[in-house]
Amino acid sequence: MTGEAALFWVLAPLAVLAAVAMLYMKKAVHSAILLAWVMITLAIFYIALEAPFLGIVQIVVYTGAVMMLFLFILMLVGVDSSDSLVEKIRGLRSVAIFTVLAFSLTLIAFIARAELGRPSVGLEEANREGNVQGLAQYLFSDYVWAFEVISALLITAALGAMVLAHSEKSEVARTSQRARSIARFRGKSIATAAGLPGSGVYARHNALDLPALLPDGKPSDLSIAEVLHRRGDVAESKSYELEGLPKIDDQGNK
Amino acid sequence: MNPTNYLYLSAILFSIGAVGVVVRKNAIVVFMCIELMLNAANLAFVTFAKINGNLEGQVMAFFTMVVAACEVVVGLAIIVTIFRSRRSASVDDASLLSR
Amino acid sequence: MTSENLIYLVALPLFSSALLMLLGRRADRWGHVFATLISASTFVIGAMEFFAMIDRPEASRAVTQKLFTWISVGTFNVDAGLVLDQLSIAFVLLITGVGTLIHIYSIAYMSHDRDRRRFFAYLNFFIAAMLLLVLGDSYLNLYVGWEGVGLASYLLIGFWNQQPEYATAAKKAFVANRAGDFGLSVAVMIAFANFGAVSFVGIEEKVDGASQTALTAMGLMLLLAAAGKSAQFPLQAWLGDAMAGPTPVSALIHAATMVTAGVYLITRSNFIFDNAPTAQLAVVMVGIITLLFGAVIGMAKDDIKKALAASTMSQIGYMIMASGFGPAGYAFAIMHLLTHGFFKAGLFLGAGSVMHGMNDEVNMRRYGGLARFMPITSITFGLGYLAIIGVPPFAGFYSKDKIIETAFNTGGLQGVLFGSAALLGAVITAFYMTRLMLMTFFGNKRWVSGAEPHESPFLMWAPMAVLALGSAASGYLLYSGKAIVKWLAPVVDRDHHEHAEFLPAIVVTTLAVVAVIIGVAVAFIKYRGELSESAPSDVSIFTRVTRRDLLQDDANEFLFMRPGQKLTQVLVKTDESVIDGAVRAVGSSVLGSARGMRKLQTGYVRNYALLILIGALVALLAALVVTI
Repeated sequence: MTGEAALFWVLAPLAVLAAVAMLYMKKAVHSAILLAWVMITLAIFYIALEAPFLGIVQIVVYTGAVMMLFLFILMLVGVDSSDSLVEKIRGLRSVAIFTVLAFSLTLIAFIARAELGRPSVGLEEANREGNVQGLAQYLFSDYVWAFEVISALLITAALGAMVLAHSEKSEVARTSQRARSIARFRGKSIATAAGLPGSGVYARHNALDLPALLPDGKPSDLSIAEVLHRRGDVAESKSYELEGLPKIDDQGNK
Repeated sequence: MNPTNYLYLSAILFSIGAVGVVVRKNAIVVFMCIELMLNAANLAFVTFAKINGNLEGQVMAFFTMVVAACEVVVGLAIIVTIFRSRRSASVDDASLLSR
Repeated sequence: MTSENLIYLVALPLFSSALLMLLGRRADRWGHVFATLISASTFVIGAMEFFAMIDRPEASRAVTQKLFTWISVGTFNVDAGLVLDQLSIAFVLLITGVGTLIHIYSIAYMSHDRDRRRFFAYLNFFIAAMLLLVLGDSYLNLYVGWEGVGLASYLLIGFWNQQPEYATAAKKAFVANRAGDFGLSVAVMIAFANFGAVSFVGIEEKVDGASQTALTAMGLMLLLAAAGKSAQFPLQAWLGDAMAGPTPVSALIHAATMVTAGVYLITRSNFIFDNAPTAQLAVVMVGIITLLFGAVIGMAKDDIKKALAASTMSQIGYMIMASGFGPAGYAFAIMHLLTHGFFKAGLFLGAGSVMHGMNDEVNMRRYGGLARFMPITSITFGLGYLAIIGVPPFAGFYSKDKIIETAFNTGGLQGVLFGSAALLGAVITAFYMTRLMLMTFFGNKRWVSGAEPHESPFLMWAPMAVLALGSAASGYLLYSGKAIVKWLAPVVDRDHHEHAEFLPAIVVTTLAVVAVIIGVAVAFIKYRGELSESAPSDVSIFTRVTRRDLLQDDANEFLFMRPGQKLTQVLVKTDESVIDGAVRAVGSSVLGSARGMRKLQTGYVRNYALLILIGALVALLAALVVTI
């Protein structure tokens, strides 16, 4: 049992397990971590396969940059948001699993039947001057055209990301103070002239996301910033209400 | 040790990634499964490089990595854009093309 | 020998017919006279040709005229040509002579009809077509004339097509004719396939080496064609209904000329029939069946025209039977055809005269005692009557007697059967014709109130008189010195067979006369006294069946019409459901598959991803299977 074999037989099942577990995680962040595990395992395998450059690049680029990018986006989109694992589309899961089982079995059958006719050569000869030099030899002679195109692709991708992620300024121009003042006094009711209620008024907490309470105990939407409404981050105020507030119904009767 | 074992591992990882693409609803997790598939392909390339004794497989894997990086960048930007306008990162919600 | 004049026989009446049709109402005032003059001129041309022919030696009597090359395709060459030989001249004279007399008659008969000019146009067209039929030098040319007379018959029977029954009768005649025409077309095809030619001369050269089956088949097909045109069994049902046309039509077409075209065809094809004994036997059988069939029907008819029509059917049965006896019988068939042309046309014209005088009444039960009021009609009618029943020395006696003799002379049991059938036919003929005479001209007056029978005008009784003279004298003239036999021998009997005698001629003649006497006597006894105005109703089953034309229409309906209708319905249904259904199925299957495939578009990206995966799996599996 060579070292490489031992390495393989220990790490490979773990990688497979991690990959399978990735499918079952409710929280997306957990899936990301498991994927990072798989990638690091693959980096180790690359090094074992006499591709040290690629192994390091795998860690630096893939695990380092790409997975970090994933985590950033997860953050933006909602770290808390959990995926319901209930399948809405009927039959999709079973058909998918069956198909993929067949797919993997076919692939394994292919690999098993493949006959090379010679033992594997190994990369000693190719790596004589060093793996990096060997790669550079290929990159800058046979594949220089692809190399240049890829660099153009990288630039384009960066530009594309900038354009897509760019958020437009709001069409509504920021109103001047004079305009706001006029709007305050000429609004729907004179109540707006006094200014909107601050958050947490009559509630025992003045967090920005806790709504103020109206005289009848209902939370006032006006007291929370628009952004928080949009994000759905308005907190529940029931537990912070004062007791003994009179209950007034819609007609304004006690 | 027979390098073919790496090929088996690559096949299995690829299949798992394929299942993940179909089964998961969160767009980002789907993307991650695609990355898994790409990695599995990379592993296969590097293994073949070793089997054949030249570095061309590694060059292919190198290029694949670069392209995968670009793809991740643009793809995640798209997901963010969609998320901004629809407030949902679920793949199922983008079903306006249905009958 | 060639001639340049034959074409005028066909072209003149054709031109006149076209002119009268095209000019329309403008020709109303003079159209009938013009048509009659044209018809007379064809008779004059025919007579001139006849006298010229007599002067020539026997070998060069036939005259031909080639008009143009009609069809020239590979080895199939047909010329449009006319031939006038001893056989056709007889027909030409009959057609033009009797035709002109009937033209004259029609001037008076149709004088009250608004469409008289159109009637004469059709009559001229008929004359042209019939002449083309008898003058054609190949089966194909004959076919053109054949179709032409069929068309003319249809137009003339349905002349008063405002009455739906008359139009239907015309259709019935045309359809029955068509069934026969099918036989003629098949015969032409057989001729071309086996002999490589369709002209009479061309086929006659090749007959010796031909196979028996081909000859028999062709003979049977020709017989079918003749049966259709001449109203023989099994295509005889149309003749009775054809009486829906004006009486001159019945006289010309359905007594003297068109219905004799079948006899002409068989006689002209003698080289075929003489070498195909099976076909000849079939001809004889058809003739015998029809002769008895027509006679039996004639006994029960109260409509004077239908009785005469049944009589025509029966007499043509005699002719067909005679022509089936081979060279021995052809001449007598033609002779009977010529004499029949005279007396039957005369009888029909007389019937028309009676109808004219009795306000177009046709039911003989409403006649009676007309002899005193219509003397000329009754005399001419009487002469025709004597001729048809075969009283010597009138025409019918000679011709019918010779036919019965030939029947017996075929020898053996066959000959006795044929001869006896012919004799029986003679008895029945005498019976029903006497019945007709007694019911119409003698006995008690059973007229409808207000009827004023009167004699017909000159233009009507003059042709009748001429025909009566012909009925009286033509038999003797044709047979004296065996003239007709010798005249026609170069056409029908080239080898000059000697015909055996089975029974001595005098015995046959006596039998014939006895038969006539029996028939007349029975009719006399039955119909002498007072007759009722309506047909008696408690009659035997035989009478009832005979009144229904021996169930001929019912048989046709059962055997052909209903299966034909069912077939049409089945075909229509097949066309709608199977063929149209297949077409619709293509459309609906496309729609259905589209509807099914639409369900694939769920809008869910994951479904699409799964489909891609499945596609990749299929591709892989295919690759795997290939390498196994």
